Amino acid sequence: MSPLQLFIEYSVVGIAAGGVYALIALGIIVIFKASHTFNFAMGEMMMLSAYFFYAASVTFALGPWLGLGVALLSSVVVGLIIERVAIRPMLGRPFIAVVMVTFGIGAIIRGIVGLVWGPNELQIPAILARTPVMLGDIFVPGRTARAFAIAVVIVVGLILYLRYSRAGVALRAAAADAVTAYSMGIDVRRIVAFSWVIAAITGCISGVLMASVNTLTPHLGVVAMNVLAVIILGGLNSIGGVLVAGLIIGWLEAVTGMFLPTSFREITPYILTLIVLLIRPNGLFGARQVERI
Amino acid sequence: MLRVENVQLSFGGVHALSGVSVHAKKGEITSVIGPNGAGKTSLFNVISGFYKPQSGTVMLDGEDVSSLKPHARAYRGMSRTFQNIALFHGMTVLDNIKLGAHTNLRSGVLSAGFGLSLTRREEDELDQRVRRDVVEALELDTVQNHYVEDLAYGLQKRIELARALVMKPKILLLDEPVAGMNREEKQEMGRFVRGVRDNWNTTVLLIEHDMGMVMKISDHVAVLSFGKPIASGTPDEVRANPAVIKAYLGASDDAVTEKA
Amino acid sequence: MSAAETTSLAPAAKGKIMQRIWLIVLLVALLALPQVAPGHWVYFAGLLGINIIATQGLNLMMGYAGLLSLGHAAFVGVGAYTAALLQIHLGLPFWITLPAAGIMSALVGAVFGLPSLRIRGLYLIIATLAAQFILHFIFVGWQSVTNGDVGLTVAAASIFGYPLNNEVRIYYLILVVAILATIFARNVVRSRVGRAFVAIRERDLTAQVLGVETIRYKFIAFALGSFYAGVAGALLAYFNRYVNPEQFTLLLSVFFLSAVIVGGMGSILGAILGATFMTLLPEILREGLIPLAGMIGFDLSAVMTPLREVVFGLLIVGFLLLEPRGLAQLWKRAKRKFSR
Repeated sequence: MSPLQLFIEYSVVGIAAGGVYALIALGIIVIFKASHTFNFAMGEMMMLSAYFFYAASVTFALGPWLGLGVALLSSVVVGLIIERVAIRPMLGRPFIAVVMVTFGIGAIIRGIVGLVWGPNELQIPAILARTPVMLGDIFVPGRTARAFAIAVVIVVGLILYLRYSRAGVALRAAAADAVTAYSMGIDVRRIVAFSWVIAAITGCISGVLMASVNTLTPHLGVVAMNVLAVIILGGLNSIGGVLVAGLIIGWLEAVTGMFLPTSFREITPYILTLIVLLIRPNGLFGARQVERI
Repeated sequence: MLRVENVQLSFGGVHALSGVSVHAKKGEITSVIGPNGAGKTSLFNVISGFYKPQSGTVMLDGEDVSSLKPHARAYRGMSRTFQNIALFHGMTVLDNIKLGAHTNLRSGVLSAGFGLSLTRREEDELDQRVRRDVVEALELDTVQNHYVEDLAYGLQKRIELARALVMKPKILLLDEPVAGMNREEKQEMGRFVRGVRDNWNTTVLLIEHDMGMVMKISDHVAVLSFGKPIASGTPDEVRANPAVIKAYLGASDDAVTEKA
Repeated sequence: MSAAETTSLAPAAKGKIMQRIWLIVLLVALLALPQVAPGHWVYFAGLLGINIIATQGLNLMMGYAGLLSLGHAAFVGVGAYTAALLQIHLGLPFWITLPAAGIMSALVGAVFGLPSLRIRGLYLIIATLAAQFILHFIFVGWQSVTNGDVGLTVAAASIFGYPLNNEVRIYYLILVVAILATIFARNVVRSRVGRAFVAIRERDLTAQVLGVETIRYKFIAFALGSFYAGVAGALLAYFNRYVNPEQFTLLLSVFFLSAVIVGGMGSILGAILGATFMTLLPEILREGLIPLAGMIGFDLSAVMTPLREVVFGLLIVGFLLLEPRGLAQLWKRAKRKFSR
């Protein structure tokens, strides 16, 4: 196989893996749009969901499908609890304080998972078929391809839902101008809670997909930090830019793996972020904002 | 002292200011008035360097400061207050005021950290000067050690004035100093602003909404309407100017006499 | 009013004298500690001193200037490795390696911080997170210099050939540096520079109008905080007599973050209280909770790391929600009640 072909193959596989990251990115951006809160606990939420799935389907032997339902439901409940207990009371407080709260929540979840399930790898039931998918000559591992397909379906579905449903319209109104939205009778607090539900759902699905493609460990959530870093490059205002950012990380990880030892994969998104910050301090698509004084 | 010449400012095709010129004479109080949306605050943001106008110049004491950053203009003797109070809540009244003297001091982080004599002398002198000249003059002695957020609105406005004054500016820009005040507070603030001119010999440029206050304390008044200058002169001249009455007061000159 | 003032002056002066007396008592107690306290107390006192230095640094940048760093542990690590390497390869004494470690951390901090200091908020947080991961990656991966996971062994620091080779001797060195670091921080925040920090934290546009060059002061705060981290790291290297990557993970960054928040952001006393609380907390957990859990049949000693994460996280969230001004505020309130 020629180097170019190899590169293309790595790229395709990487982008396929990036589908899940795009899903994570969507969860982060929905919360950001609703409340200008940056959720540093996204990775932990998704890891916790994967453990919920494990507990329901394996420990309580409910099987994969019922298990997934239970995991989704518990994730949503956790999302709502976080919003109600820790995020809502922080309304009006400095941005950096809210970021720290989400960071603290992440630490709590990491710790709880460590306490309950321990540090070792766990095997979740196979929900994705392993038969590889061929795109022309390009060989894509079966689970990666299927995870990508599921992620795409859910991302598209959620975007359509956010575009056309009442809740979605209200969310976008609140994102554009919270005060006006409020005066038009939109309950902004409910919108924020709604955004945490969406994030919990995307987190749950991406967590289960990640755990199916790889394995389930407490480090599962670390990838969300990478997503977070790259999202900022994409600019926070456009959902499209953020989804592309998700795919970029997948691609970057794969291509890094081609040239460098795999351990470099953990840091390439950060190196990219730093380089872009150096060249374009406001992010790739971000515009300098005019502030009111 | 401050000369703003022919400023054009637009945001994406909307003209905020078109051909505005204002001249604040040394030792006088000059006011810019105009209805809401006339471009008064935009003008101030151009003067203090937050907005870059498409054309026009800002001259401070004979020097062109048009291309300077806000902090560099402060170093050249420009200070201002804000329409929505912009005090620092995590500091006491005294520290808020001292912050206004940032440009008068020289200490860097090493001098400060090691407690060198430069810093100690500077801070002692500043402390004395603030207490003696500013706190007393603006009658803030009873609250100087309070945190700002606990204080009444009118008082906060006065602390902002104190903070802008402590650097001994060449030009003091006051952005709606009596907005949201009751009658008594307004009179008090008018007295303080005149005191600034008379006792500190500071040149003042203020923008205001409240005609009564402006007419009473200004030496010179300029009128803006929809980003364009429509009149300028002494308070009496402006009051009599038909263009002003039409634009600003909607043709009813009762309001002028009533408010004045 | 003037009458009230003259009467209120006397207690203020008296309060100052009382404060002096308490400080002297505290100093004597700290000097005497190794003579009266058991060895493991002295060990914790030394560790506490190091944590206080690092926390003061993070407090300067985060509590005062509002620059949140998620990579403080990595900058502590840079200091530790710098001191270790300078000693191993060049044989330099601690009074050179200590400031050199500080400067090195400040420089590395500048590399990560500078691009994002020009803009606000989120970018710096991400840049410091990047610093945490990338630097830790370098500690592990740059085998030929850092010796990877195994790490480096450090010889004891020595003064005029007198080795500081036990916890009592190194304790005194740490005590001196911690006191100097605290005084320096206190002096800075009471000066023009400290006022500029707070101004930037609260309203950076207003700060500019008042003549504060915001980018420059953010840079100063960031470099200063990283310098403190580096000095703390160097002391840690001499304290443990080894350096390895395990010491400088994200968990330690969370530890310092918690210390600043728990103590009270923007308070010198708060940094001391927060660092003390956080340093003693694992011990309290170990001494108190583990035997307690053991009695009902749980072995918690195996899960100290996750347990610590839960507790750190709860403290961060709890204090931010309920008492954002931290222990320093509680202390103030208690003092007021007491003096009444």
